[in-house]
Amino acid sequence: MIALQKRPTPSRTLSLATPLIAVLITMIMGGLLFTVLGKNPFEAIRTIFWDPVFGEFAFYYRPQLLVKAAPLVLIAIGLSLGFKAGIWNIGAEGQYIIGAICGAGVGLAFYPTESRLIFPLMILAGAVGGWAWAMIPAILKTRFGTNEILVSLMLVYVAEQLLASMSLGLLRNPEGMGFPGSRNFSDFPAGSSWINEAAGLHWGMAFAFIAVIFAYILLNRHILGFNIRLTGDSPHAARFAGVNPTRLILFCLGTSGALAGLAGLFEVTGPSGQINIDFASGYGFTAIIVAFLGRLHPVGILLAALLMALTYVGGDLAQGNLGLPSAAIQVFQGMLLFFLLALDLLTNYRVVLKKKGAA
Amino acid sequence: MTTPLLSIKGLTKAYPGVVANDDVSFDIGQSEVHALLGENGAGKSTLVKMIYGLVKPDSGTMTWQGKSFTPADPKTARASGVAMVFQHFSLFDALKVSENVALGMENPPPMRDLARKIRRVSETYGLPLDPNRIVGDLSAGERQRVEIIRCLLQDPKLLIMDEPTSVLTPQEVDILFKTLNKLRDEGTSILYISHKLEEIRKLCDHATILRLGKNVGECVPAETSARDMAELMVGDTLQTPTRSTEKTGDVVLDVSGLTLEPTSPFGTTLKNIHFTVSAGEILGIGGVAGNGQDELLSALSGESLTWPDAVKVKGQDVANLGPNARRERGILCAPEERLGHAAAPDMSLTENALLTGAIRENLTNNGFVNWASTNDFAKSIIERFDVRTPGTHVAARALSGGNLQKFVIGREVLQRPEVLVVNQPTWGVDAAAAAAIRQALLDLAAEGAAIVVISQDLDELMEISDRFGALNEGRLSDIRPAAGLTVDEIGLMMGGAHGMEVAHVGDEEKEGAEA
Repeated sequence: MIALQKRPTPSRTLSLATPLIAVLITMIMGGLLFTVLGKNPFEAIRTIFWDPVFGEFAFYYRPQLLVKAAPLVLIAIGLSLGFKAGIWNIGAEGQYIIGAICGAGVGLAFYPTESRLIFPLMILAGAVGGWAWAMIPAILKTRFGTNEILVSLMLVYVAEQLLASMSLGLLRNPEGMGFPGSRNFSDFPAGSSWINEAAGLHWGMAFAFIAVIFAYILLNRHILGFNIRLTGDSPHAARFAGVNPTRLILFCLGTSGALAGLAGLFEVTGPSGQINIDFASGYGFTAIIVAFLGRLHPVGILLAALLMALTYVGGDLAQGNLGLPSAAIQVFQGMLLFFLLALDLLTNYRVVLKKKGAA
Repeated sequence: MTTPLLSIKGLTKAYPGVVANDDVSFDIGQSEVHALLGENGAGKSTLVKMIYGLVKPDSGTMTWQGKSFTPADPKTARASGVAMVFQHFSLFDALKVSENVALGMENPPPMRDLARKIRRVSETYGLPLDPNRIVGDLSAGERQRVEIIRCLLQDPKLLIMDEPTSVLTPQEVDILFKTLNKLRDEGTSILYISHKLEEIRKLCDHATILRLGKNVGECVPAETSARDMAELMVGDTLQTPTRSTEKTGDVVLDVSGLTLEPTSPFGTTLKNIHFTVSAGEILGIGGVAGNGQDELLSALSGESLTWPDAVKVKGQDVANLGPNARRERGILCAPEERLGHAAAPDMSLTENALLTGAIRENLTNNGFVNWASTNDFAKSIIERFDVRTPGTHVAARALSGGNLQKFVIGREVLQRPEVLVVNQPTWGVDAAAAAAIRQALLDLAAEGAAIVVISQDLDELMEISDRFGALNEGRLSDIRPAAGLTVDEIGLMMGGAHGMEVAHVGDEEKEGAEA
């Protein structure tokens, strides 16, 4: 008989090892999945995990990894603060969209003015947009006790509708001959987030690094970070320690919203280029996987985002070269989260094999 | 000699790192009230769990009326005639009494029959209970009656009661004892678990004493002095706490007209509470659990804010200040629930030292935590209060109850409080640790702190408090000097018998005499 026994202290080794084990199991199960689809599993895994980094065309794919990882890091860092405190912002995708709309809107209002001040102003607008969208579930939760999971998730769909309306209405390119979508920021240097497009560097990466460092210091050195962790461990003890739950909810949701908004702004003014109906690409949801895969730890999130970016880039590659369906890649990402959460049990419990009858 | 109802031989049960029961043997006779006596952690609970089929013994045998008895689960144990009233009730607050009783039965009869049965049993045994009331509205004593009636409906041959009096006032205890005596006279055996010696001397025919999992002695309680039993139980002569000074200073804590709605649905409303505590004084607040103890602590700690001027410290109003602002003014608290309120279970002792120590120990600078001095603070708590732990990195949940309690109390005492409020400071703590904690409280008072001790252990309160009051349904009784209070007076302050009826045994005798 297999039984679970609670550990007196959570295992540190396993806490660090489970993401690696989860990745390994996902590769094996993913390989089986690809076999069933009639593909050579080893070739598929190599195409996804090896070719983008070390393959023949790695020089092209490596910058792609950074481009994909930057928004994931930004969003996941914000989410991890709330997740640590037991505040579940599931609507980062919506905050990402609104941040992009607000930032792009401010930028396009100045078109075609050239000024160094425009881009900082857009960054501010992006952050404020995401923050404001996250304040809706935050205020509803603190005032009326609504569930932030539901409210933030529902607001994603509202944001998607708003995005469509913006692409077709207010922000539509007046010179776009009636096609949906805003002006492209590649035609507007003052509002572009690219630092060096050829090397795949944009301001989002700089902000992602700053966010990682900021979150690390906050969580490990600052009393606010301690209060966040304390609230997650024991809300009752946090109250006793003098933590104001309302302020903590506003801070966590606000910060994650602002960071998601920033991610949206850097994306729309760089890799994506324009506000359009299909702008939302699921980074806000994938970042949830990234946050957990990275153990809600800032450095872990950085590594997890790179891995997740790899599955995106490698997935595209596999789609092109091997004809794998794009849904298979999503299943692959889902499996990763699934195995990770399942294996998480092992940090707090140990598996004991018992002989039957002895009990 | 007749065959005993239950005979236990060489029962042993080991858990990783601890032997809970080591070769325990004793007999429970027919129609006998048998006491199982021992400190917290002596192995009493494990032993009765084996009898009730919740835990399987590693070795040893049990014989039930001459036949081998190996209950695989509580259902089989109940079928044989074993019933158990747990210390912590397993009742649903939102359901009616009859519904709660039905939930514990294998084949519950229709609700109307069941209600009639409950009425009949409750009247026969002097445990009045309306089957249609919602359990959430019942007092602790009434909830216990629900549990007892649930057991009695099974016609048990052996009724196990785990620390039944910890939630009762002295008057309610008297009534319970009459009920138990009546049950015994009708042929039911009772296994009575307690660490309260006087109760056992009053009620029990026979006692088995456990220490560290071993049977260390048996006696007839009525013929043995409480002191002898205590020494068997503890295995050592205990140090009684000593107080060095008797003088008190100016009023430090002044609570007047404190009224507070509870935050949880079945909490207690505090109603117009008045008291003062002076420097160097210990105020003991007794009362049955669930009469407003937690609410009073949260009103004093600042977790619940109250009307202006309801709580004053040295003349300054603190009623609308949160926990940290009160800590700045020297009001420190140690709540009852160690894990999950006083300490965060998964955090290290260092982090738990920061939990309340940040303000008064200057552990932060512009919000940045000084982990080195926090760790030093945790270390000094561990050293000064003899907390047994491998180090400060250990998670709070890995500590035993007594060690964690010493850490929690020590954390507040070392911060030099001007007012210290503690709730159940020695609950579930072994005798040596309890004595150390009480001594620390007395020493702190001698240094001039004003101390409020909320506790359900009346012996503890009588031992350390200068003045005494009791909480009953959210009201605080008049505060009286602790010296010279009799058990009866204390009982009345705690709410007397809460309208409980005495078992009808006495009435029948009277009727018999008249006829």
